[in-house]
Amino acid sequence: MGTFHQAQGELHGITVVVDTFGARVFVGRCDTVTPEGVVLLDGDVHEETPGGPTKDEWVRKAARVGVWKSFDREVVPAGEVSSIRRLGDVGPG
Amino acid sequence: MPYDPVLVQPMRDELSRIGVEELTTREAVEAFMEGPGTKLLVINSVCGCAAGQARPGVALALRHTAKPDRVGTVFAGQDLEATERARSYFADYPPSSPSFALLKGEKVVHFVPRHAIEGTPAEAVGLDLVNAFDEHCE
Repeated sequence: MGTFHQAQGELHGITVVVDTFGARVFVGRCDTVTPEGVVLLDGDVHEETPGGPTKDEWVRKAARVGVWKSFDREVVPAGEVSSIRRLGDVGPG
Repeated sequence: MPYDPVLVQPMRDELSRIGVEELTTREAVEAFMEGPGTKLLVINSVCGCAAGQARPGVALALRHTAKPDRVGTVFAGQDLEATERARSYFADYPPSSPSFALLKGEKVVHFVPRHAIEGTPAEAVGLDLVNAFDEHCE
């Protein structure tokens, strides 16, 4: 999470992809990055299941059109976060 | 709750002074959308992370030879009914602001969501629109 602290100001207000070590991946507007986790606003979450879209497929679709908001505010616990990047940097595939 | 109109006015002016038609009512949006030509609809926004690049990007793109027949704008968070009506024409796309929709008639041929504008220099925002104008406009 150390690098996230450095990126906090840079990512504030930016739409980001927060991937986790588990089956879930989040897209939302980054509010803050704290030792507790990443606070996202106005976003959506996808859980990969057998037969459904992979996390990568879901993120690439999000990169093409955006996401339908399913939460106003969500905290992704720091221990679950595997990566955070700008949605705008994801190729639509 | 809509923003203070005084705060928003300079952001409106930035587009209206380059000839972008302000659509502040549902009826104005519907009138704008009538007809078969090409139209660029700009969803304007207060958002500092993206709108600051979006408006200059539109201004740069509109200097290009090929451009839409009409260019209009609604202001998200301010002109609520007009924005809702505008978004109904591209209801397959999740709402975001700022954003751009280039339409032929009522068909969306190019859409630029907010996340594609965030952190992108105005020149690149404009170039993306120019490329879409070259492909879809005369």
